[in-house]
Amino acid sequence: MEETLRNLLEEAKKELSSAENLKTLEEIRVKYLGKKGELTKILRGMGNLSHDERPIIGKISNDVREEIEKELTQKREEVLWQEKEKKIKSEYIDITLPGKVHEIGHKHPMTKVLDEIKDIFLGLGFSIAEGPEIELDYYNFEALNTPPDHPARDLQDTFYITKNILLRTQTSPVQVRTMEKSKPPIKVISPGRVYRSDEIDATHSPVFNQIEGLAVDEGITMGDLKGVLNLFAKRLFGSDTKTKFRPHYFPFTEPSAEMDVSCFACGGKGCRVCGYSGWIEILGSGMVHPNVLRMSGIDPEKYSGFAFGMGLDRITMLKYGIDDLRLLYENDLRFIKQF
Amino acid sequence: MLISYSWLKDYVDLSVDAKKLADDLTMSGSKVETVKSYGQEIKNVVIGKIVSLEKHPDALKLQIGIVDVGKEKLQIVTGAQNIKVGDYIPVALHGSTLPGGVKIKRGKLRGVESNGMMCSAKELGLDESLLPEYQRNGIFILPELPLGDDVRDVLELDDVIEFEITPNRPDCLSVVGIAREAAATYRKSYRMPEIKISEVDDKNPATVTIEADDLCFRYVARVIRNAKIGPSPMWMQMRLLKAGIRPINNIVDVTNYVMMELGQPLHAFDLDKVKNRHIVVRRAKEGERLITLDDKERILDKDMLVIADEEKAIGLAGVMGGQNTEITDDTVNILIESANFKGSNIRYTSRKLGLRSEASSRFEKGLDPEITVLACNRAAQLMAELSGGEILEGLVDVYPKPVTEKVLSVRYERINKLLGTNLSCQEMKEILSFLDFGTICDDKNLIVKVPAFRGDVDGEADIAEEIGRMYGYNNIEDTLLKGTQITAGVKTREQKLEDTVKDVFLSCGLNEVITTSFMGMKDLDKINLPDDSYLRNAVKIMNPLGEDQGYMRTTLLPFMLNVVCTNYSRKVSEFKAFEISKVFVPKSLPLEELPDEIKSGIIAMYGHDVDFLTIKGVIEELLDVLNIKNVKYVRSQNPAYHPGRSADVIVGDEKICVFGELNPDVAENYDINKRVYISEVNLELLFKHANDEKVYKPLPRYPAVERDIAVLVDKSTFVADIENVIRKAGGQLVDDVKLFDVYEGENIPEDKKSVAFSIWYRSYDKTLTDEEVSKVHDKIVNRLSEELGAQLR
Repeated sequence: MEETLRNLLEEAKKELSSAENLKTLEEIRVKYLGKKGELTKILRGMGNLSHDERPIIGKISNDVREEIEKELTQKREEVLWQEKEKKIKSEYIDITLPGKVHEIGHKHPMTKVLDEIKDIFLGLGFSIAEGPEIELDYYNFEALNTPPDHPARDLQDTFYITKNILLRTQTSPVQVRTMEKSKPPIKVISPGRVYRSDEIDATHSPVFNQIEGLAVDEGITMGDLKGVLNLFAKRLFGSDTKTKFRPHYFPFTEPSAEMDVSCFACGGKGCRVCGYSGWIEILGSGMVHPNVLRMSGIDPEKYSGFAFGMGLDRITMLKYGIDDLRLLYENDLRFIKQF
Repeated sequence: MLISYSWLKDYVDLSVDAKKLADDLTMSGSKVETVKSYGQEIKNVVIGKIVSLEKHPDALKLQIGIVDVGKEKLQIVTGAQNIKVGDYIPVALHGSTLPGGVKIKRGKLRGVESNGMMCSAKELGLDESLLPEYQRNGIFILPELPLGDDVRDVLELDDVIEFEITPNRPDCLSVVGIAREAAATYRKSYRMPEIKISEVDDKNPATVTIEADDLCFRYVARVIRNAKIGPSPMWMQMRLLKAGIRPINNIVDVTNYVMMELGQPLHAFDLDKVKNRHIVVRRAKEGERLITLDDKERILDKDMLVIADEEKAIGLAGVMGGQNTEITDDTVNILIESANFKGSNIRYTSRKLGLRSEASSRFEKGLDPEITVLACNRAAQLMAELSGGEILEGLVDVYPKPVTEKVLSVRYERINKLLGTNLSCQEMKEILSFLDFGTICDDKNLIVKVPAFRGDVDGEADIAEEIGRMYGYNNIEDTLLKGTQITAGVKTREQKLEDTVKDVFLSCGLNEVITTSFMGMKDLDKINLPDDSYLRNAVKIMNPLGEDQGYMRTTLLPFMLNVVCTNYSRKVSEFKAFEISKVFVPKSLPLEELPDEIKSGIIAMYGHDVDFLTIKGVIEELLDVLNIKNVKYVRSQNPAYHPGRSADVIVGDEKICVFGELNPDVAENYDINKRVYISEVNLELLFKHANDEKVYKPLPRYPAVERDIAVLVDKSTFVADIENVIRKAGGQLVDDVKLFDVYEGENIPEDKKSVAFSIWYRSYDKTLTDEEVSKVHDKIVNRLSEELGAQLR
C-alpha cells in the first residue's frame, strides 16, 4: 500500500509537471485529491490494514496529500504567472499613437506675461488697482503735473472725446485715483489698456497695454525704487539679469529714471534683439513728484513714493521674440496656441 | 540733436573717446542714441585741384583730368560731369579707403591710366540731400583749400553724437549746453565762446516795438552794414552738415551756427526790405497772409504772433521768417533778431500750421531770455568776420519784464532721504556748482541760486535729481522698501472672479484673444443691431484714426466675429476662443460724465464637434463653478442669433448672458460659411450673482434608488419644464434627475416626442423602501400628466 501511495505521488507529480493551464490543474486536483479521487480510493482500503500499520500508512498518505497539494499550489502560481505574462504580451500597443486629448485653451501671450508680473508684485505686497479707460483730462494730465500748456502734452497723440474727457494715454491716472481714495502705505500695480493716436505698424498700435506701479509711504527712497525694480527684473527675465538706471524726464516724477536690463537674448554681448547694445530699455520710473502727491491729498513733507510704468506689448514681444506687434491683435489661433 | 565731437571740444577739454563720452553722458542724463564716425574708414583722401580736363578718346561719358594734389599732379579718369578746371575736390589716392571698406587702386579706364578717384560727398559718407545742387550731382566741389591736405582734417570728418534730449532741458539743445553737461559729468569746467564786437561809429538805425509783451518777452537786435553774401567757410558748412542743417550762405549759416552753439534761435532780415527799419512784434490779424521761407502761403489767426514792419508781417515769430525780407545774394544790410517768445504760443502756431522748424522746436520748450544778448553779439561777430560787414553801434534790447533770479532753499537731509544716499552738504555743493548753480550751505539747508537757463528747476525734488544723476543713480544702494510698513498684495473679489471665469473658459478649450476698442457704426450694422438699440449710443472720438474707428465699442461681438473671419479665411478648422474686455456705455450723449465701462465676456466656436449644446455646456460649467443657481433659459430675441437656436440666461430677473448659433445673415456678412456658436456674458452681472459661499453638505449615508421614466410630450415642450415638474413634485426625496434620451420618429406620434430621465431618490435619514419610492414616483407621473399632458410610455 505504501508503494501504491508512493506511485500515486510520482504519477501526480508527473502529470502536474506537464500541466499548462488552470483547467488541467483543477482536473488533476479532482483526480487525485477529490472526494472520489485516487487518494480517497486508496484510503478506503485502510480498513484492511493492521492496527499497527494504520498510523504509518495514515501518516504516509497525509504526507502524499500534502506533497501533492504543495506541488499543485506551486504549479498554480507558475501557471497563473505564465498566463499573466501571456496576456500582457498580447496587449502590447503602439505607444506612438497620438493621445486622446481634451484640448484646453491657451492664454494670450500678453496675459501670460501680465500674470507673471502680477504674481511678482503680489508677492512684494502690491495689490492690483484698475481705473477707467475713458478718463478725465484732470487725471490723465493735470493731476500728473502736466498742465494744459505743458510741452509734454502732445495733442497729436491723445484721442479726445470732449474738451475734458479723453482716452487715457497712460495708466498713471490710476495712481492718482488710488492716492485720492486711500491712505499710505499704498502699494499697487495697475495694468490696463491705453490709447495713443498712432497708426498701427510693426511696433505701434493706437491701443496698447501698460502696467504702472506705485508705492507711497513714509521714508521711501530712490534706493527702494531700484531695489524693487531690480528684483522684478531678475524674476521676470532671469536671475542673471543686470539693470541700469538712466536719468530721464517724466512730468510726474522727480528724480526720474529709465531702467535698462541686460539683453536676455544674448546676455549682454549684443545681438539683433538689443540692437547690438547689450541693453534693452524696459521701463520708466521715478520718485513721485511732490506736486502729484499734494494734488492727490498726500502730504509730501511726510510721505514719499516711487512710481514706474512699462509697456506690456513690448515686453511680451521681447520675451517671446515676436517681431510684429500686429500679431498680438490679429488673433490667429495658430499664433495664440504657441503660448 | 547731432553734435560733432570736434565742435564740442572747443568748449570743454575731453580725453575720452566719443563712445565713452556717449555712455557717460547717457548715464548723467543726456541720452545718446548713436555715435557715427565719419572719418573712421577714410584713408589717403586729400584735397586736389583740377588743372586740366579733356574728353576721353574712347568713351563718351568719361573725362580725363589732371589733378594737382600738392606733391604731384595725377591723371584721373572720371565719369562726373559737374566739374571744371580750377575746382577743388576730394581725391582718393592710389591705395586709399573709403567708407564701407571700398579700396581705391591705380587702374585703367577704357585704356587710359587713372591714378585714383575724384570723390562725391556720398562716397565720403556725407548726407548729400543737405548739399546745394552743384555739390550734389557728381563730385563734391569744395571751396579753396590747401592742396594735399587730408580731407579728414580739413573737412573735420570726425565722430558725430546723436542726442535725445528730454523736453525739460532745452538748454541742452546746444553744443555749449552739452559741453556744460560733459564738464559736470567729469567734474571739470567748460568755456563759453569768446565774443569780441567791434562796432563802427554809425548808430544803429533800427527800432523795435513789442506790442504783445505777453507773447514776446524780449527782443534783441543788431544791424550789420555792407555785408557781402557768399558761401560760408568750409569748416562752418561742415559743422552744420554734421548737425543735419543745410548750409545756405554766410548770413543764414551764422544764425544756424549760433543756434546750435548757444541754443538760441536767431533770424536775419534784409533790413532794406523792412519798412522804416521798424520791427513790430504783434499778434497776427485774423486771416492775415504771409509767405514763409519755404515758399508756402500761410493763413494766420489772431492768436499767432508775427514779426512785422509798419505795414506787413515779415516773419512768423519763433517759427519761420517771411520770404519778403529773406536774405538774398543782393542783401547788403542785415538785422539780426535774437528774441524770446512764449513757448506754448509758438507750439500753438507751429501745430496749427503744421510747420515745425529747428527754431520752433526749441522755443516751444521755453528758453532762457538771458542768452539773447550773448547770442546776438556772437552772430554779429561771426557775420562781420565772414561777410566783411560792419557792426553798427548799439544793441537794441526791448525787455519789458526782466526775469528775477530764482533762489531755492533745500534741506540736504531731505535730499538724502529721497535718494537713499548719505552725501554731505559739501559734496552736494560741488555737484551743483559744476552745473552752474550758486550754492551756500548752512547747518540744515542749502541755498541754491538757479541759473537762468534752468527753467525746469523749481524745488527740492529737482535739486535732488541734479545731485542724484551726477552722483550716479547706479551708485545708490538698492534697498527693498526698508523701514516701510508691510502690506499684503491682494486681489479684489472681482479680480479673483475674473480669473475664475478665464480658468473655466480655458479649461473648456477656449483660447484667449485680445482685440482693440475702436468701432465704426458699420460694425453694428453687420451684427444686425436694430436702429433703435441703445448700443448705438456710443462714445464718439473727436479725432479718430478713421471713420471705421470713430467710436468706443459698446459690444465685443463684431470684434470676435472679425477674429472668427480671420481664422476661417486662413483655414483654421477648429476654432474656440474667448475675450474678456470692457465695453463703454454712456449715461448720456454728448458725454458729460464718464461712461459706464462694463467688463464683458464673449465666446465663439466652430468646428466638427461643436453645436448648440457645446456652447451651452460652457455656460453651464461657468454657472456651476460660480455657484449660480435658479437659472432660467428663455428663447432669445437677439437679432444677431439664430431665433430658434439661442437662449438668454436669466438669473433673478436679470439677463446675464445670451448664447446660441450665430444668425446665418450675420455669418454671411462676415463671409463665414459655417455654423458659428457664440455667447456674450455680462461679467458684472455674473459676478453679482456669483455665490462665493460654499457650505459643506454631508455625504449621503443611505443608498439612492434609481428609477427611469419615459414620457410622451408635445414636441414644443421644453425638457427643462419637465425636469422642473419632476423636481417640484418629488420634493426633497429627488436627489438627482438626468435626461438620458430624447426621441422623435418611428412609433411616436408626429407632434410628440419621447423624453426619458433617470431619477435618483434618496433620503439623508434612512434607506428608502420600495413603497416610499413608488409613492413619490407615482406622484411625479401624475403631475407630469396634469401639468404637461405627458403620457407615460
